[in-house]
Amino acid sequence: MLLIPCPWCGPRDETEFSCGGEGHIPRPADPAALTDPEWADYLFMRKNPKGVHTERWVHSQGCRRWFNVARHTVSHEILAVYKMGEPPPETGADSKQNRT
Amino acid sequence: MKKYSIFSLVRNAVSYHERWSEAWRSPEPKGAYEVVIVGGGGHGLATAYYLAKEHGITNVAVVEKGWLGLGNTGRNTTIIRSNYLWDESAHLYEKSLQLYEGLSQELNFNIMLSQRGCLNLAHNQHDLRQLSRRVNAIRLNGIDSEILTAGQIKALVPILNCSPTARYPVLGGSLQRRGGTARHDAVAWAFARAADARGVDIIQNCEVTGIRRDGGRVTGVETTKGLIKAGKVGVVVAGHASVLAEMVGLRLPIESHPLQALVSEPIKPVLDTVVMSAAVHVYLSQSDKGELVLGAGIDSYNSYAQRGSLPIIEHMLAACVDLFPIVSRLRMLRQWAGIVDVCPDASPIVGKTPVEGFYVNFGWGTGGFKATPGSGWVFAYTIAQDRPHPLNEPFSLERFHTGYLVDEHGAAGVAH
Ligand SMILES: Cc1cc2nc3c(=O)[nH]c(=O)nc-3n(C[C@H](O)[C@H](O)[C@H](O)COP(=O)(O)OP(=O)(O)OC[C@H]3O[C@@H](n4cnc5c(N)ncnc54)[C@H](O)[C@@H]3O)c2cc1C
Ligand SMILES: [Zn+2]
Repeated sequence: MLLIPCPWCGPRDETEFSCGGEGHIPRPADPAALTDPEWADYLFMRKNPKGVHTERWVHSQGCRRWFNVARHTVSHEILAVYKMGEPPPETGADSKQNRT
Repeated sequence: MKKYSIFSLVRNAVSYHERWSEAWRSPEPKGAYEVVIVGGGGHGLATAYYLAKEHGITNVAVVEKGWLGLGNTGRNTTIIRSNYLWDESAHLYEKSLQLYEGLSQELNFNIMLSQRGCLNLAHNQHDLRQLSRRVNAIRLNGIDSEILTAGQIKALVPILNCSPTARYPVLGGSLQRRGGTARHDAVAWAFARAADARGVDIIQNCEVTGIRRDGGRVTGVETTKGLIKAGKVGVVVAGHASVLAEMVGLRLPIESHPLQALVSEPIKPVLDTVVMSAAVHVYLSQSDKGELVLGAGIDSYNSYAQRGSLPIIEHMLAACVDLFPIVSRLRMLRQWAGIVDVCPDASPIVGKTPVEGFYVNFGWGTGGFKATPGSGWVFAYTIAQDRPHPLNEPFSLERFHTGYLVDEHGAAGVAH
């Protein structure tokens, strides 16, 4: 079971949260200009790294706010928690498995 | 290959079963092969077997980072069925079920296929309508499926709580009688033995760490046992799909999640079919040893750790105890997880890639055991002919560009 430190409420059980998947996927600035493969990339393609994953979580059973988490997908260790809109912190992530 | 029969059993009984010959060789890798299959799960081994048998390509190696079948092939709850909604899936899974039906004979290995039926429960009017729609679609594809009333279900599964005041009342269900279970290890071992007999090299404890390319074409794989050159490479690595795709710079619509299962202590026979409830996410069957085999759902977050979280099991068991009250008195013996490769439309990706000679077969997610022979069969065709078979053509990576997704999230709703 994960103990997730909500930036507003502090550490709480995993069951209070919902995982929103990979973070830092910006909406296309000019949607009409996108090709089909570009749409596919935005909608469907994911990094799915075996290593550090930056992902969004929401404290559904608590303050109901969204935030970002950098978590290792093998050890499940939470390396950083930061607010929406903030850039991912340096986590020593394997750059090859963690390109943006 | 020494044939297994009643005579070999008797002969080996005399020597206390200590002199059985090995089922397959364990050769060191040669420097080069016509085809290298990455991943020694059921799908990879089936691919190698059908490459040799159907296409006469025997200069093949299966490269596995651990031991054969210790990935999802040896971790699943062994449910087999072909009751999928869309034509594309129905045809592919039905091909697989038909291959399963002849597999023990064909491979001279008892895979313990038990067509004990697969029952899906409806707990409300909406479930019932959905199941009826699905049964009609399945029957139009010539696949067996039928609707059962609550009374018929009670007779078929006496341990099911069919009380109208139950938390999850049973209003009806659908049954595929040709569905059932098979022994997962046996499926991997049978394909390995039969592929080996046709000349395929099975190389265990050899991890692929890189893919060699020359221009746009694949030339080999780098492994922990050195470079192995290859004319063609087929990747069948389930949960590690993204890791292998990354090696050639390919982005995938796949995410890896843990999926869990449990078995109880063995009890007397109480259940002779497979029961699933999509709405409450429970499914169970009884093994020949008497254990109840229960499947849970996936953890919502990405993971490569082969362990799942307790809340998922608690959630499943709470519903299970209500549906099958006898479960409350049972002790669970083992719990484990496999890393499943989930696609946005819950359908696999089987086909070519932009890299020439580099073929992929993954994304089977929570339900690919039932597809093992069919998947190997179509993938062998794709590799041998350098084009997909009509059965796997709809399951290309390009479908995410065209939007032609094959949405099977409701195929039964539960993970298996
Ligand atoms: C708990 C659980 C229950 C399930 N229940 C069912 C069910 O009831 N019915 C059903 O139809 N399906 C079920 N499934 C899904 C099913 O198990 C899988 O879809 C199927 O077994 C996948 O087979 P595979 O051969 O593709 O993968 P695997 O058996 O996982 O084989 C992939 C292999 O690739 C190897 N590999 C990975 N990376 C490398 C590398 N770099 N180099 C070399 N080798 C590598 C791995 O070690 C592994 O052995 C279940 C899965 C789980 C986890
Ligand atoms: Zn909070």
